[in-house]
Amino acid sequence: MEIAISGIHRLLFSHAPPVRPSEIMPRDVYLNRRDLILGATAAGLSAAMAPRRAEAAQLEASPSPLSTDEEPTALEHITNYNNYYEFGTGKEDPAKNAHTLTTKPWTVKVDGLVSRPAEFDLNDLLKPVTLEERVYRLRCVEGWSMVIPWVGFPLSEVLNRVEPLGSAKFVAFETVLRPEEMPGVGGFFPVLDWPYVEGLRLDEAMHPLAILAVGLYGETLPNQNGAPIRLVVPWKYGFKSIKSIVRITLMEAQPPTSWNKQNPREYGFYSNVNPEVDHPRWSQATELPIGQGLFAKRKPTLMFNGYGEQVAQLYAGMDLTKFY
Amino acid sequence: MLHRTDVAKKLRPSPAVRFRLLRAALYWVGFAPAVWVFYLGFTNQLGANPVRTLEQELGIWTLRFLIATLTVTPLRNLTGISLLRYRRTLGLLTFYYALLHFATYMLIDYRLDLQAITADIVKRPYITFGMLALAILVPLAVTSNDRMVRRLGSTWTKLHRWVYLAATAAAVHYLLVVKSWPLEPIVYFAIIAVLLAYRLGKHLRRRRRRRPAAA
Ligand code: HEM
Repeated sequence: MEIAISGIHRLLFSHAPPVRPSEIMPRDVYLNRRDLILGATAAGLSAAMAPRRAEAAQLEASPSPLSTDEEPTALEHITNYNNYYEFGTGKEDPAKNAHTLTTKPWTVKVDGLVSRPAEFDLNDLLKPVTLEERVYRLRCVEGWSMVIPWVGFPLSEVLNRVEPLGSAKFVAFETVLRPEEMPGVGGFFPVLDWPYVEGLRLDEAMHPLAILAVGLYGETLPNQNGAPIRLVVPWKYGFKSIKSIVRITLMEAQPPTSWNKQNPREYGFYSNVNPEVDHPRWSQATELPIGQGLFAKRKPTLMFNGYGEQVAQLYAGMDLTKFY
Repeated sequence: MLHRTDVAKKLRPSPAVRFRLLRAALYWVGFAPAVWVFYLGFTNQLGANPVRTLEQELGIWTLRFLIATLTVTPLRNLTGISLLRYRRTLGLLTFYYALLHFATYMLIDYRLDLQAITADIVKRPYITFGMLALAILVPLAVTSNDRMVRRLGSTWTKLHRWVYLAATAAAVHYLLVVKSWPLEPIVYFAIIAVLLAYRLGKHLRRRRRRRPAAA
């Protein structure tokens, strides 16, 4: 708690007077950071504030000790530089095209090896949970990175609610597939085998760092970021953090995953961030932080994206060059 | 000698002047995309990942000029429109863009981290193909002046056929840069394939015509 608050404090006051925040960052970002703080500390006030996007709603979230105190990437970049191939392969395509996705109503089916399978309406799914703000590093397999203030809750809360059977070893996830709302899924050469699917080992899924996110920067998720609900697994490459989830299935066998099916040599099931295992096309030793201008300096990529202390024991004894 | 050139100039001054002007205009227009994208870069208007965008814009323009260069001959043969006099300019623009593209990668992206760059060239097929294309363009650019054309004679023609390999390597480079199989690199690859197939077809036809005559 203490750490998180000091983190947020630093976030707010790293540009402390005499320099005014509005002088050095875009107004919306600066306002945004204020919203976030108010949202976290003075819920009453934040409710009175209008959300930035017409379709967005303000979310109340408590700070988390699992947050990093690094400076978050500007909202503008988080919402305009996306990989969401259902809406096009260009980085700005999702921001342009994803508005067509209907996110209300939304149901998430949780089934497979569980004692209480259920189809949750999103509102019911969220009712019992306490939303937290988790400021996480995000490392894309393409060699760039962001810091994103997600709003979400531990995935384990949903899994516990449906009571996994002893035979369940893996968790499979599926993204909504609606060709009529998704301009990127048609075409002569489908870029991926739709729907987008991902998977985790059950113990990975139960890890407190793995969250289901429903918002960022204190508001509900923009469609291009995976609205209304998405996975965030910060120690793995970004493509593991599947967007717009409609189904979660517990299984005994390792589930297929989209990029692994597309190119098994380049994308493994685990896809933990690992500077020592190069992607055949890109070195993974360094990463380019997004939003720092033309002369942004690459920085070294950290094992497990810097979350090694928390997650390394999940992989004890495994050869991570083989299980990449 | 001097006298005769003067007469020639007086007799047909406008085409030569027109050629010079048009060539200059082609350079100006040709460099406009680079000037524009660098301007956007330096004024922080290239979005979230400006280095990558700069690399990609310069890369795609390199490929476009390469395609324009390779289109000159078929265009003349098929339609009679001759831009042969501008082919050298288009070829040089290709080379300058390739240099800018490479310089962006070396200086801005990797900041002359020679170890990382060497590892990239050896280990990453897409960089290997890009380097191959650039390496071929260097001698072609160096021998693109009138003096070299005259001095090398038929060797010049043979040497400059290497541009076909450069084009192939560039098209493969683009296919390998992207994840999965989006449309654009496939389209560029197809255009280059058609331009090269045209040459191959012509070559085979010429050989077939020659063979019965020799027999
Ligand atoms: C004639 C030579 C070359 C041509 C025609 C060419 C063309 C291209 C094209 C079309 C792209 C993709 C643009 C896009 O995604 O829209 C690209 C990207 C790139 N090229 Fe080249 N290229 C050449 C040489 C090189 C060389 C020599 C290098 C470095 C050694 C290089 C490094 C790159 C890099 C780093 C990218 C960006 C990759 C990314 O998006 O992450 N290229 N190039």
